[in-house]
Amino acid sequence: MTTTVAAPATAAPVAQAKVRRGWTQHGLLFVAPFLLIYVVFLVWPVLLGFRMSLSSVNIAGGNDHLVGFANYAEAFSDPRMWRSLWNTLVFTVLSTVPLVLLGLGFALLVHHLRFVQWLWRLSFFGPFLLPSAVVSLLWLQMIYPPDYGLLNGTLGTDVLWLGDPSTAMWSVVMTTVWWTVGFNFLLYLAALQSIPQHLYEAASIDGASAWDKLRSITIPLLGRTTALIVVLQLLASLKVFDQIYLMTGGGPEDSTRPIIEYAYDMGFTGYRIGYASAVSYILFILIVIVSLAQLRLFRKRAEVSS
Amino acid sequence: MQGPPDISRRLLLGGSLALAGAAATGCAIPVGLGSPQTRVKYWHFMGASDGIIMNKMVQSFAKDNPDIFVEENVLAWGEPYYTKIAMAGSGGRSPDLSTFHLARLAGIGAGRILDPINVKLLEEVGLRAADFSPPIWERAHLDGVLYAIPFDAHPMVQYYNTDICGKAGLLGSDGKLKPTTGVDELITQLTKAKEVMGGKPPLAFDALGLGTVGPWRVWWSLYPQSGGTLLSDDGTKITIDDAKALDALRLMRRLGQEGLCDWRTDYGASVANFTNGQAAFLWNGDWETTGLKERGTPFSMTRFPNVFGSGSAQADCHSFVLPHQRNRDPEVERATYRFIAYLVKNSADWAVAGHVPAYLPALQEPEYLALEPQSEYRSVITEVALDPQVWFAGSASRMWIEFGEAFSPVISGERSPEDGLAAAKASLTRLMSAPNPFPAEERR
Repeated sequence: MTTTVAAPATAAPVAQAKVRRGWTQHGLLFVAPFLLIYVVFLVWPVLLGFRMSLSSVNIAGGNDHLVGFANYAEAFSDPRMWRSLWNTLVFTVLSTVPLVLLGLGFALLVHHLRFVQWLWRLSFFGPFLLPSAVVSLLWLQMIYPPDYGLLNGTLGTDVLWLGDPSTAMWSVVMTTVWWTVGFNFLLYLAALQSIPQHLYEAASIDGASAWDKLRSITIPLLGRTTALIVVLQLLASLKVFDQIYLMTGGGPEDSTRPIIEYAYDMGFTGYRIGYASAVSYILFILIVIVSLAQLRLFRKRAEVSS
Repeated sequence: MQGPPDISRRLLLGGSLALAGAAATGCAIPVGLGSPQTRVKYWHFMGASDGIIMNKMVQSFAKDNPDIFVEENVLAWGEPYYTKIAMAGSGGRSPDLSTFHLARLAGIGAGRILDPINVKLLEEVGLRAADFSPPIWERAHLDGVLYAIPFDAHPMVQYYNTDICGKAGLLGSDGKLKPTTGVDELITQLTKAKEVMGGKPPLAFDALGLGTVGPWRVWWSLYPQSGGTLLSDDGTKITIDDAKALDALRLMRRLGQEGLCDWRTDYGASVANFTNGQAAFLWNGDWETTGLKERGTPFSMTRFPNVFGSGSAQADCHSFVLPHQRNRDPEVERATYRFIAYLVKNSADWAVAGHVPAYLPALQEPEYLALEPQSEYRSVITEVALDPQVWFAGSASRMWIEFGEAFSPVISGERSPEDGLAAAKASLTRLMSAPNPFPAEERR
């Protein structure tokens, strides 16, 4: 190892200037390993996926004929594709709102509790550490079963939580909130701790009430964190798959099937990889649009505030 | 209902499986370069009691054939299994042998995912076409090429609790369930059982849940009884007879609405209820036989009731296939065929699991004929309703799952039979209009 490194080092001065300009000026050499991985595992699959979405390729890689945009045309006229896309959007809205608000609420609570803080932090963040399979099975087998489940037992109700199309999505959202709110909570807690204490002291001297302080100091100063959390949350919710696949399999009556599961169903159990790629691309385009819209929104807001 | 004997049995089973696993890996180590043993990699989806019997058969084969080591790999039944087979076969580095549902043959890309069966090698190990039940043997072919070796047929059957049925006066003088014909007799029978059960639903079947296929199985048992069909022979036209299809669905809804069947049971709960005496009847495939015997449930079995004019019942067939391999080792190939022949010729052992052998000589063996309660329902084999031969059919296929989704709410009363049928037809239309991912011209 050392000898191979030593040789170019002594020969370096001659070519030095050129090498610098070409490769290291922008640190390209340093990011090369990352770029390589990025291209091989992200850029290339994205391109390949698009190529597949224009073909009738099956799971064995056979039947690979270009069919133009036929898969997209089929997807746009497929009521189950629309239904699953709608489900993904509904889940995103239903989950993002409580995940952001509860994250903030819990963080404010814990921030103001001055005793055994580690316990509160752990309690809210704990579920986030569980893998999706554990969370799903826990809720599926212990909390939601209609006859012997914890929820019906405690509430004295007789609800088919995951079995009724009108409650299934809410149940999935409830599980998801319990599971992932800890991450937002932690981000908010960190942001709260970085707000300088003297602002509150000054406000107190001016006679501000607790509500005034929250409204005029805490919330505005958490603005950047909120923006970050909303972006991360929207992207995470749009990509929902694990817990729904494990808890309802998309049922009952298609009421919870997210678009990713639809792509999975079409590709891996229906063997139509071409069509599944087209469905994936529809989600991809949706995510790009949401991300761009948010980027614009935040840029404008940043300009206004500066 | 989880008493100590139950737990110890589970522990015992778990322990013995773990031991079997350990034994398997223990054996696996010496099989390598220079080892005299030929290793056959075998994938199957036989769980629960089926799995235990399969494991026993693998072990007794190992005892008789010390030169071959069969590496048994048990995978979860259903959609994920077929995804794995498809992936393995497409890569060309697949297991040497795997189990398969015959009804899925049309959709798996035979020739691409599966290699054809070498009929010459099959004859060398002593298996001939004439040894198999003709309609099943026919279903193992695509365009005249043999792709699967049939093992059994597993029809829907009716399990009944002999204690409860005895109390309700439903048993004949021979101690067997008095057969019913038609809707009214069935309802009367169920109502009597319900009375002695204190008003609890007497019938259980897989009616809802994750990817449930139970509603399809029940419907595809009832509806073909009246001569109903799903698709034209070439699979291009829907031939559902609405009136007959709705009759079957209305009965399923009535069972749920009148508290004659517990529409809130998924697969596991339906079997558990019957096992624990919480249900007098269970409509299910024949594969729970061993498990129920081990648990000591007082039960027997009979054919699925004749409700709409015949005793037809839904069925699929287990079979063996060779997932595609780029380079098949001739020595391993021979060993594979010897193993297949061993399993098929010992079908009578397999029949203990409840299934009806596809190997005709086994049906004549006295040990098979003596099996109880297998002999009570095996006559159904000439009347089974197999799936249409289309690419989207077969066990755990998209069609089964989508029909299950369409009919499950009919049983619970959330959807009218008309809406259920409309949903099923819409699914079927969509599946038919979608292009077959493995078109016939792709077959090599």
